[in-house]
Amino acid sequence: MIKTPRFLKRGDLMAMVALAVLLVVILPMTLDVFRLNLVAKYLTYAFVAIGLVLCWGMGGILSLGQGVFFGLGGYCMAMFLKLEASSVANTKIQSTPGIPDFMDWNQITQLPLFWQPFHSLTFALIAVVVVPTAFALLVGTAMFKRRVGGVYFAIITQALAAILTILIVGQQGYTGGINGITDLRTLKGWDIRSDHAKLILYFVEVACLFACIVVAILIRNSKLGRILVAMREKEDRVRFSGYNVANFKIFAFCAAAAFASIGGALFTLEVGFMSPSFVGIVPSIEMVIYTAVGGRLSIFGAVYGTLLVNFAKTSLSESFPQLWLFGLGALFIAVVLAFPNGLAGIWRDYVQVHLVRLIFRRRPPPGAVPGWTDDSVADAAAAE
Amino acid sequence: MSHRNGDNSGRRGSGWLTPSRRNILAGIAALPAMSLIPRTSFAEAPATSVVNTTGLAVTDTEVTVGILHSVTGTMAISETGSVEAEKLAIAQINEQGGVLGRKIKFIQEDGASDWPTFAEKAKKLLVNDKCASVMGCWTSASRKAVLPVFEQYNGMLYYPTFYEGLEQSKNVIYTGQEATQQIIAGLDWVTKEKGAKTFYLLGSDYIWPRTSNKIARKHIENHLKTKVVGEEYFPLGSTQFNSVINKIKLTKPDVIYAIIVGGSNVAFYKQLKAAGIDLSKQTLLTISVTEDEIDGIGGENIAGAYACMKYFQSLDNPNNKAFVAAFKKMWGEKTVIGDVTQAAYLGPWLWKLTAEKAGSFDIDKIAAASPGVEFKGAPEGYVRIHENHHLWSKTRVGRARPDGQYDLIYETKDLVEPDPFPKGYQ
Repeated sequence: MIKTPRFLKRGDLMAMVALAVLLVVILPMTLDVFRLNLVAKYLTYAFVAIGLVLCWGMGGILSLGQGVFFGLGGYCMAMFLKLEASSVANTKIQSTPGIPDFMDWNQITQLPLFWQPFHSLTFALIAVVVVPTAFALLVGTAMFKRRVGGVYFAIITQALAAILTILIVGQQGYTGGINGITDLRTLKGWDIRSDHAKLILYFVEVACLFACIVVAILIRNSKLGRILVAMREKEDRVRFSGYNVANFKIFAFCAAAAFASIGGALFTLEVGFMSPSFVGIVPSIEMVIYTAVGGRLSIFGAVYGTLLVNFAKTSLSESFPQLWLFGLGALFIAVVLAFPNGLAGIWRDYVQVHLVRLIFRRRPPPGAVPGWTDDSVADAAAAE
Repeated sequence: MSHRNGDNSGRRGSGWLTPSRRNILAGIAALPAMSLIPRTSFAEAPATSVVNTTGLAVTDTEVTVGILHSVTGTMAISETGSVEAEKLAIAQINEQGGVLGRKIKFIQEDGASDWPTFAEKAKKLLVNDKCASVMGCWTSASRKAVLPVFEQYNGMLYYPTFYEGLEQSKNVIYTGQEATQQIIAGLDWVTKEKGAKTFYLLGSDYIWPRTSNKIARKHIENHLKTKVVGEEYFPLGSTQFNSVINKIKLTKPDVIYAIIVGGSNVAFYKQLKAAGIDLSKQTLLTISVTEDEIDGIGGENIAGAYACMKYFQSLDNPNNKAFVAAFKKMWGEKTVIGDVTQAAYLGPWLWKLTAEKAGSFDIDKIAAASPGVEFKGAPEGYVRIHENHHLWSKTRVGRARPDGQYDLIYETKDLVEPDPFPKGYQ
């Protein structure tokens, strides 16, 4: 079936509107600032999940080390905020005023060289995107050019997550160690801890999220996206057709890294600190789980999956402090066993079908439904 | 009275469970219980509007506090004892009539060994549940994560663990020792009693062992005028200690000063024993192994080592005997009680005594009234809160027995002053 290329397909648009209604209208109106801030925290993981849809769902590259990029972005932001919080006036109790408190505890008397540029917000914001992307480029080039892929690649990304954690924990004089970088207060003099600031940050984050979603949809609907999917299904055939498979893989991996990193930076702003516990293997795998629960092929499914899993995590742990991990484990197993395509799959197979039948009962759509790709149907769908 | 109620229910037909009827029934049901409580506690219970001017979760009969520890994840094994101790203290306080005439109700949250979760839950306890105080946290990292939350929303945290110091907050009462309280007296003792001249410092690689060893080194070099022959750190969870054990064998230090935490301890003491270092001959002083850790290490692997703490389960005083008996009655005969568990037990009691001194649950008044509050019923003996919100307490040295308990060897004559920002040690 030949389709006319459009900027955004109808299904995507519907899904986007539904998500916007949920995030911009329903949640802020029904939740207090505390709960809304929790949603903001969950949504930072949605950035990672969207990246994983591109990289894993479409490109077939399973990365178990997205925490690395989430962490790098978060740390870039945290370094700027920490320097601002460590003014000479705030730290006069230390042996060396004017440097972050953890450096003082570790007998460092001078701000290390690589911290210096983070006095500038512009630099920090650029670093948030550039540093992780450059790192992904490096890793991706090293791996994919040598045709390392599949399970081996997943293991290597996992090793990277472990290495970075150990590095951060070990170099605590420079990184804050296992405690992380804590007690972040202001952004250019604006107190990020107040309720008002939390509200504004939430909307800024939602705006960023939609920007990322649009970019992801554009990539998916472009020729580039088609090649990614083709590569996932039959890599050799794509290679024999004359495409440089490695470059496409590197691109997908870098895009996922950039998304994760933006999420990490927003996380630091929302939560007020950054620590190595978001970098390691466990959080990285959790991020993959969000994507799996949402449906790894669906961009919107990833967002809903992230929200659902984190809501479950918070509410289960509040109600059953001692048993909640079992509940969460059961949820994952149930989803993977019964619904391999996640939330998006449930919507497409059980809800969408009936909905379409209901709407078009008398008048079968003129080719509209078959015209949607599986993916966009799933996306449109997950949107309620 | 009953007649009037009868009339009411008659008129309403199905009014058997009208609110007034329910209240009266509840009141009657509570009558026998009331006789158990000293009369004064009800007579003295001041009005809620007086004791709570800032909207905390205080009613005429109840006051809500939070318990925030990890009951899942890697820290659960350490923090469970604290949760148990806090619940015991709350139960005992309630038996005695509660705080300012109000029963304590607690809301427990799980930090899940994850620092952001701690921050999230702390915020929930303060913002959503309006807890009048929170007993919680264990690791420095979790405390650092929640501290800005407590300061921003003006909560009160009772923090039980011995820790590195370098911190002082209006919103925290530190019921454990800060570093100098745990280190200096122990080093003085080992120098005097064992004639130690050389020390080998070991630690897990994070802020507490590093800061503690920094203080130890300064004290050894500047005050005792003896020597540190080696200092090494291991990543958290590390299980390979053979290379450092070889170095210890080569340098033959008089004292091994070990601040290794968590699961690493098991490997360290087993490998030490396997390498033929006999702790009955080689002096080893630790500040990180309580009775709880010995449970995992195995008493036979660590027997003979010295530990510097403020509390041992074996302390021989009436307070402690009653505490140990009550603890075992509530949580089982096999449970062991370590230093931190005891410090956690102090939290609810100190808060009760402070609230009664202040005549209020308001956080600002509690913070202001805390200095000088003394608790004579502490299992470790007498404790008092210092102006800097830490506790005056004694330092004790114990020697590990094969059955996992410590024999008390030495205790300081007086209470040791807490000094979280020690001059000359930074």
